[in-house]
Amino acid sequence: MYKIVLATRYLVKRRITYFAVLAVALCVFIVVVVMTVMTGLVGGFKQKNHSFTGDCVVGTESLVGFAYYEDFGRILEKADFVQGISPVIKNFALVTPAGIERNYALEIMGVDPVRHSKATDFGNSLYYSKDNVSEAFKPAYDPNLPGCILGIDLALERDARGKYSYEPAPGRIALSVSCFPLTAKGALAKAGTGLVNTQTFYYSDNSHSGLARVDSRLIYLPFEPAQALCGMAGPIKRVSAIHIKFKPGVNPQAECQKVASLWQKFKQDKAGQDQAYLLDTVTVQSWKEYRRAFIAAMEKEQTMMTVMFGLVGITTVFIVLVVFYMIISHKSKDIGILKSVGVSNPNIVQLFAGFAFLVGLLGSAIGTFSGWLFLSRINQVESWLFEHFKFQLWDRTIYAIGDIPNQVEFNVLAVIILSAIVACLVGALISSWQATRLRPVETLQVSQL
Amino acid sequence: MSNEKFILKAEALYKAYRMGATKVHVLKGVNLAVRKGEFVAIVGASGSGKSTLLHILGGLDRPDKGMVSFEGRDLGKISAGDLNRYRNKMVGFVFQFYHLLDELNVLENVYLPTMASKSIAGWFACRRWAKSRASQLLAELGLSDRAKHKPYQLSGGERQRVAIGRALMNEPKLLLADEPTGNLDSATGNGILDTLERLNRAGQTIVMVTHDERIAQRAERTITLADGKIRGG
Repeated sequence: MYKIVLATRYLVKRRITYFAVLAVALCVFIVVVVMTVMTGLVGGFKQKNHSFTGDCVVGTESLVGFAYYEDFGRILEKADFVQGISPVIKNFALVTPAGIERNYALEIMGVDPVRHSKATDFGNSLYYSKDNVSEAFKPAYDPNLPGCILGIDLALERDARGKYSYEPAPGRIALSVSCFPLTAKGALAKAGTGLVNTQTFYYSDNSHSGLARVDSRLIYLPFEPAQALCGMAGPIKRVSAIHIKFKPGVNPQAECQKVASLWQKFKQDKAGQDQAYLLDTVTVQSWKEYRRAFIAAMEKEQTMMTVMFGLVGITTVFIVLVVFYMIISHKSKDIGILKSVGVSNPNIVQLFAGFAFLVGLLGSAIGTFSGWLFLSRINQVESWLFEHFKFQLWDRTIYAIGDIPNQVEFNVLAVIILSAIVACLVGALISSWQATRLRPVETLQVSQL
Repeated sequence: MSNEKFILKAEALYKAYRMGATKVHVLKGVNLAVRKGEFVAIVGASGSGKSTLLHILGGLDRPDKGMVSFEGRDLGKISAGDLNRYRNKMVGFVFQFYHLLDELNVLENVYLPTMASKSIAGWFACRRWAKSRASQLLAELGLSDRAKHKPYQLSGGERQRVAIGRALMNEPKLLLADEPTGNLDSATGNGILDTLERLNRAGQTIVMVTHDERIAQRAERTITLADGKIRGG
C-alpha cells in the first residue's frame, strides 16, 4: 500500500515530475499527430491505388500487348472467386486539343466502362455519368460522337483549397488522339504510310481517382477504338492487361496465386499457337505489386518518418531517464529510510516503477488527448492559417490531397502509449536499481541531506 | 553469563571503507553485548565508527568480519527477506536528522513501518488498528495536534519525537538511536532523552550512540568506542 501512496505523492508533490509528464506528453502528442497524418496519407494513397487497379492484374509492360485475352477472360469469369474482369488497352498518345497549336504526350487507357466499373472503382471516379456508367463515353452535347474521359486535372482547374469548379455539363472539347500502332512483333504497323493512327474524341466526362499522376496524365477511351488506334485490333486481338476484382470476403493474395496458376495452365494450352510468344511477357500481380513503384515511394517516406520519430522517441527515453535519475537521486534518502523500516530492494524498485508508470500514463493521457483534440481541428486550423497567412501544409494546387487525414488509429495509439510507458519504466528501473545498490549508511549520512 | 541474557551480541566486528585510494578501517574487532531492557550508550569521537556499528547492529549494513546475533540468531546467516523483517519488526531506528518522509504527514510517517510490512489486502485489514496505534503513540509523545502536519511544519524536537513514534510503531524489541539529540538544542534534547528514559523504564531495550559524554551519562551503561575498538563498558 505504501508503494501506491508514495508513488502518487511523488507524482503530485514534486515539481520536477511535471517536467517528466510534460516530456512524455509532448512526445506522445508529436508522434500521435505525425503518425496519424502519415498513416492516413499512406493508407489513403494505397486505397486509391487499390480502387484504381482492382484486386489483381494480368498484364504486360510491352506496348504490343498479348493475345487470346478473351479466352482467358472466359476462364476467369467461370472461376467462383472472380466478381468482374476488364480487358484494358494501355499506351501512349499525342493528344492535340482542337484549335490549339500544340500537342501533349499522355497515357491512354481503352476500357469498356461497364466492365471496368465492375473490376475497379472506375465508375465512382466519374462525375457526370457516375450513376449511368454505360453512357460515360457519350458526350451530353452529342451522344453520337465518340467520347473520352479526361483525368480531372486535364479537364478542370483546382482552386487553392484543392476544390474543382465543376460545370453543370461537360464543355464541347475535341481532342485529336494519335498513336503509333505496333504489329505483334513490335514493329511499326504503318511504317511508310504516315506511322500514326489518329482519331478525334470528344470530352464526355472526367475521372477523379485521387492519384495525381493518373488524374493529370491519363485519358480513358472506348475499348474498341483504343484497340484499333494501338494496332491491337487485328485478326488476333490483343490487350495490355486484364484487371480483375475478386468476390468480397476472399483473400486477395491467395486468389492472385490461383489466377497465376490458371494463367500458367492457359499459357501451356496455348503453346505453339500463333502469337503465343506474346504470353511469355505477361505477369500476374496483385494490385500492390502492380502499383509497387508508386506505393513503395510513399511507404519509404513513412518508414523514414517512423525511423525519425523513433529517434525522437529514443531522445525522449533519454530525457525521461535523466529526469528519473534526478528524481531518484534526490530520493536516495527516502530509499535509506524505507530500508531502515524493512522495505526490500525489489519493493523499492517496484515503488519507483509504479511512480514511472503513473508518469507515463498521465503523460500519455495528456499527449493523446491533446493530439486527438489537435487532429480533430487540424483542417480548421489549416483553413484558418490559409485564410490569414496563406499557409498550407500541402499546396493543393500541386498535391492531390483533400483534407488532412485525422482519423486516429487505435492500434497506432496503443503502440505509442505502450512505448511511452515502457520508456518511463526503463528510465525508472535503471535509476532505481542503481539507487537500491547504495548502502543505507551512505544514503542516510548527513552529506545526503 | 549465558547467551539467553543478551538480546544482542556482537563478536569481533571488523568493517573497512574505501575512501578514494585509501582503505579506512572503521571497526577493528568490536565486541559488544546488550541485555534485554538495558539502555546502553556508545560514546565516541566523530568518525570513530559509532554510526557504522549501529547500522551493523540494526541490519542496515554487514560487517566485513565478525558476527552479530539477535536473540541467539546470527544476522549474517539469515536471508535478505528475514533481515528486512528483522529491521521491520525487531528494530526501530531513530536518526540524528530524523529522516522522515516529506511526502507523508506525521501520522502516516508513524504508521509507515506497519504499512511497509503489509500487502494491500493486509493493510486494509489492519489499517484501523495501525492508525489507532499511531495516534496513541503521537498522544504519548505529545503530538496529537500535529498528526496531519507535514514534517517541514514541525520543530526539530517534534520531528525527532515523530521519528521515535515511527521507531516504536511495530513494538520492536530493540531501539537504536543514532545521535538522537545531536541536531537539537539542549532543552529539546533533554526532552528526547527523558522520552528514551521513560521508554527504557517501561522495558524497552535501547542502544544509543553519541559523541557527548554528558548525554551518554543518561544511559545506564556507557561503552566507549575509540580507534575502532571498545574501551571499557
